[in-house]
Formats: sequence, structure tokens, C-alpha cells
Amino acid sequence: MSQEKTPKPGRLIDSTPAPQSRLILPRRKVLTGLVGGAAGAAMLSKATNASELGVSGEAPVKGQGPFDPSWTRVLGKGVNSSPYGKPSPFESNVVRRISPGLTPTPQSSVAFTPLQNLFGIITPNGLHFERNHNGLAEIDPSQHRLMIHGFVRTPKIYTMDDLLRFRSVSRVHFIECGANSAMEWGNVAVPTVQYTHGMLSCAEYTGVPLSTLLEDCGIDMSKAKYILAEGADAASLTRTIPIEFALNDVMVVYGQNGEMLRPENGYPLRLLVPGVQGISNVKWLRRIEVGDQPWSTREENLQYSDLMPDGTSRKYTWIQEAKSVITSPSGGQQLLDKGGYYPITGLAWSGRGRVKHVDVSIDGGINWQRATLQEPIHTKALTRFHLDFVWDGSPKLLQSRVTDETGYVQPKMRQLREVRGTRSTYHNNAIQTWRLDADGKVHNVQV
Amino acid sequence: MFKSDSARKALSVFAAASVLLATAYAFAQTKPAHPPLGKRATDEQIRFWDIDVRPDGQGLPEGQGSVSDGEVIYEQQCAVCHGTFGDSEEYVQLAGGIGTLASSAPIRTVGSKLDTPTTLYDYINRAMPFPNAKSLTPSEVYALSAYILNLNDILPADAVLDRNSLPKVQMPNRDGYTTDHGFMRIDGKPDTNNTACMKNCEKSVTITSELPAGFTEQFYGDVSDNFRDYRPERVAARMSAMVAKSEPVEWSGSQAIETHLCTVCHAIDNKVIGPSYKEIAARYSKDAEAVAKLRHSIKNGAAGTWGIIPMPAQTNLADDEIERLVTWILEQK
Repeated sequence: MSQEKTPKPGRLIDSTPAPQSRLILPRRKVLTGLVGGAAGAAMLSKATNASELGVSGEAPVKGQGPFDPSWTRVLGKGVNSSPYGKPSPFESNVVRRISPGLTPTPQSSVAFTPLQNLFGIITPNGLHFERNHNGLAEIDPSQHRLMIHGFVRTPKIYTMDDLLRFRSVSRVHFIECGANSAMEWGNVAVPTVQYTHGMLSCAEYTGVPLSTLLEDCGIDMSKAKYILAEGADAASLTRTIPIEFALNDVMVVYGQNGEMLRPENGYPLRLLVPGVQGISNVKWLRRIEVGDQPWSTREENLQYSDLMPDGTSRKYTWIQEAKSVITSPSGGQQLLDKGGYYPITGLAWSGRGRVKHVDVSIDGGINWQRATLQEPIHTKALTRFHLDFVWDGSPKLLQSRVTDETGYVQPKMRQLREVRGTRSTYHNNAIQTWRLDADGKVHNVQV
Repeated sequence: MFKSDSARKALSVFAAASVLLATAYAFAQTKPAHPPLGKRATDEQIRFWDIDVRPDGQGLPEGQGSVSDGEVIYEQQCAVCHGTFGDSEEYVQLAGGIGTLASSAPIRTVGSKLDTPTTLYDYINRAMPFPNAKSLTPSEVYALSAYILNLNDILPADAVLDRNSLPKVQMPNRDGYTTDHGFMRIDGKPDTNNTACMKNCEKSVTITSELPAGFTEQFYGDVSDNFRDYRPERVAARMSAMVAKSEPVEWSGSQAIETHLCTVCHAIDNKVIGPSYKEIAARYSKDAEAVAKLRHSIKNGAAGTWGIIPMPAQTNLADDEIERLVTWILEQK
């Protein structure tokens, strides 16, 4: 038997042939009676140490169960039974969700990404968070145009076919709503990471650098100070973007993770403003105007401005500062075994550049350990971190804390409240705490 | 035109942006990277789409509207969600709250928070009424802007707004905004200065907030099922729930009222803005004209039947859908 320092989930099967004895079976809950047979009972009494492996105890049964399931005997469907592939029906609980009571209508609302279910750094297209202001625009691409006008030599209209002819660029970036974690400014309000942090997604976007299009129209740099981006939805949502952002890494994108954008995410065209609050990444993009003053639109005035304790509001709060969260174990989760190896994993990101490191605490922030960052680490993109954790079965307070390449360290909730109070809605990037109880249940708490 | 990683490190971002501006300018003036694509936009096309209005009034069209004109339109098309006096508690509140922004319960309205009056015109014109965006004429938008400002005691009852007067309206919160913060620039100064302390960083840790017992189960159900979990009993439960949900889809009244936005104002059991469907069914239960009356109210709108807030005409509904809805409403007992 192996003598690995780090215990692994799963059990060695109780059989003698050497090559098979190292097969790791799916996790089984040894302590709840799933262990069958005399051998299992014997192992159960010996399983006093979390690092000791039990046997699976599952006796092979002809024609059923994991040792002889029907799919090893039945000829399957032919290829292309699903011309556009879908997730297994067994994954039906991995879906976007709305938070009950958050908004009065589903047309002006948000559906949250299930961060607790995701691997790596890329959000599958069907799970990218969805925020609409006047409902979902369902656009016929043959009837969609992008207009660029204002301080340009030649105002232009592009069809989708025109835009697809430009040399494309693909970049991995996160999009985070400015109001992500907004419900938690005053107190704990929602149970899981899907609701605390799920207005957050990350994808490989493909499109044309906005600078290329602005050059194509002959931008007048002696006058250009800001651009206005406008959507083709019923809100015709508009946002002001400063020209130094627009000419840096902003893109007009049509592709997301190798295919066209989904309608929920702006099909057939959206703006991508890396590191800037989600709403600036205008979906269903139809118009860009080059101007010399900001527009003070409703979404940068009544909404998306940050109310400070003295009653003034901060306007044009574009950048999403560094933030991180543990996605497993996380709020609402029920750990299946009482104690044992539970690797801690989560996501970190910064609107100002790359993630430099992530620290994890299991005692509510008294002591910290450096987590391992998983490659690749892109700028202004989600970065996955991992830390080995052998749970001793006692209550823990789990936290993560990111430092980005500017040296900025993610703040504690109380540090943010000292400056901004509890009414500013946007830009809550505080350290998140999950409490792991002795019964294996995880809860959202604040310290 | 993306900066390389080394350039990003070597230069401050601001400096790099300046270099890029110069590069972009050079491209624009001298050598395009490729033959041009797209077509020249005509003045007519630009005029058709260029609806944005700036704080200095640029973009405001001809037309004018009075507070009293606005009141008529508001009661027909806006009061239903925003409340007769702009005081809705269900949807966006438009009036009141002036002076509350520094309090522990700030009320964010046009009167209390908006600093640039042009934004009111711009937003109504592009995005309202909620189910029927871009249906108002410029004069109607001026009139609604005037009425909403009047509801906030910012304009007198005899006021008239046009492209010259709107930008000059003095909003109570005109000095209430600041751009003195670190979020506008990539090298902006953050508010907090936490350190990456590793040992004995806190003297003690106290839990200050958590959800009340039972809250999650009541509002979110069994969230442990939102996690990946392949125990046989959990998978079996999930699969049987899915089979139950995938019954063939037939026309469903409760679905239709969601789709057609009826639920903005009506619920089955309780009064929202309009009466509940059960109340309607009860009132018409002995009325031989019930079907005709409800059909007429849905199709043409109604006023005075249930209170002061009128029901707008549902012009987007096909006749056969109205028939199905009427039948369904009368079945709600």
C-alpha cells in the first residue's frame, strides 16, 4: 500500500490482483452504512485515523451496480445524436440561479454563475452570469450593425460580416458586475458563493481591438477624450469609457470560448473592457461615439455610483479591485466525511493586472498559509488557487486573501466599512469567511 | 495594439497609454494596418441612432412639454410601476428622499440623487416605458421630465421644458458627486492598505453576522444540492425531480402572466398594484358579461374599476392569447 503523506479520497478495493489494487473508486461514505459485508465492517472498526483507507465493500452484482452497469453491455447511440452537445443530465443541478426577492422583475435582474461547481478558470458559456436591464435582446445578426461616429474622420457602419473580416485577437479576461457581493455590505444576506460572488465569470473572448476600429475610422486624437458605448437592447444601455482605456486593451468581441457569444451575454457583439465593472462591457453593442466629455448616463449616476457615508457619491468608479474567494469548501456545502483531506480551492482576480499570490487562513485570519497558484495566470483574469487541507473535524473559519501585482492586498470587511460605510452598494471586494462546522456543514459568516 | 507583457512592466501604465495614443494617431493619419472595411455612415443614419444627451444639453432635440402634459402621460404609462406620486415601494422610486443620502436609510430618487437633469430625458427616451421603450415623442419626454421634477418640488406646476431650459434645472444634489477616488485610473490609489500578515494577525476573531436559522431552507431550499455530489441517493433524487419537471409543456396561465409582464402589477392571491386574479374572478363570478368586460380591459386598458391607477392597454397581446388569459383568470377561485 502506498504511504503517501497526503491522504486521498476514495478507498482501495478489496481484491488481490496487484495491478487493480491501486484503482481508486468513487468516494463512498464509509460511516453511513454504505459499507457492506464482513470485510467492510472489519475495516470500519479499524478506520480510526483519517489517513487510513477503508475498503469499498461493494460486492460485484451481475447486471447492475458499478461493477456491471448496463452501459457496458448495451450498444450506445450513434455519433451526432446531439449535434450541439449538452451536459450530462446527471449535471442538472449545475445551473445559473436567481436570488429570491432580489429584483421585482426578471427582465431587470441577474442570474448568478455557480462558482462552487466550476473547475479551472474558464466559465462554460451556458453558465456565464447574466445581467439584463430591460430584458434579453434576441438579435438577428443579419440585422445588426455597429456604428462608430463622433470625432472620427470617417463615421462608419459595420455589418457582422465586416467585423469578422478584421484580424481577430483572443484574450482571457474576467467580467465582474460592479455590484457583485453588494448584498453583503451590511451583514450576511445570502447562503452560497453562487450568490455572494456569482456575478463573476471568465472566458476567452475573441474579437477586434477597439483601437483597430477607431483607426479604421480615423479617430481624431486631438479631440477624443471619452467614448460612449451603446447597446441594441430595449434599454439601449450606455456607458462612458475613457479614451486611454479604449485604446489600451478594450475589444469589440463576438466570440466567447471558441463560439459566438450567447444571447444572454450580448450576441452577436459586445464590448469587453478588461478589469472594469461588468456594466461597461456593453452587451448587444451597436454604437460607439467618440466625444470629449463624459455622458453622466443613468447607469453612471443614479445607478453604479458609490454612496459614501457623508452622502456624496463617487462617480465613474470603473476599476474592479483585487478580490478572491474560496469556492470549496464554501457556504451551503455539506462535507461528506467528518474529517479528512479536503483540498481548499478558489478564485482570485484583479482589475489592475495579474494575481501575485493568495493566502489562505483556516482560523478566521489569525494565521495564513500561502496557496499554490495554478497556471496560466493571465492579467485581469480569474486565477485558480489550491491549498492542501486535512480537516481535523473541529470548526474552522476559512478565508482567502489575494495580493495583486501592484502590491495591493484584498481588504477585510471592517477596513472597507471604515472608509465606505455600508450603503455604497458597489465594489465590495472584502475577504470572505466560510465557517466549517463540526457536522461538515459550511456557512457564510462575517467576522 | 495590445501592450506586450514586458512593455507593461517596463512602463507605467499611464505612460504606456500615452505611447499608444501616439501610435493610434500615427496609424489614423498615415498608414492603416489593412485596407479599410465597413461603409461610411450617412448623416441620416447617424441622426437616427445618435440619441444620447450630454449634461451640457448636446443631443437634446426640438420639442417641449409641460408639467400638466406630463401628468396625463405619467398617469397612463408610468404610475402603474412608479406610483401615483413617484413613491413606489415595489419599483424604482422617482420622488422624495431629498436630504436622506447621508442617513442610515438613504432613498435614491431623481430628486435626492440625480445631479444632471439631462440624464432624466436621456434615460426616459431610450429605455422607458419599461414594456414599451422608445415609444414616446420628444415633447412627451420633455413633459414627463417636467412632471417628475415637479413631483420632487424642483419645478413649479406651470413649468415647461425644452432643449434650452432642461440643462439649466438646478438639481438638489448637483454638488453631490465626486471623482476624487482611485477607481478611474489603473494606477489609482486604493482606499485600504491591508498587509499580507502571515502569523498572529488578529488578537481574537468574533463572528459578527450569519444567516438566521431556517432562512436558507425557507428562501433557497436545500442548497447542499447546489454542489456536486454523486452519492446514489442524491443522484436518484435529482434525476426523479428532473423527470417530474420535464412533463410536456402545455399553455399555462401562471407562465403566461410572467411572460406578458402581467405579474408586474398582478398576482394570483394578493393585490400588488392591480387587484389579484382571485379578486377579479370573485367580482365577475356572477356577471354574464364577464368575458367581454375582461377582454375589453386587457385589450384597451381600463381606469377606475379597481382604484385610481389605470391599467394600460396590452397592445402586444394577440386575440387568442387574450381569450386564454380571460378564461384562466375567471378560473382563479
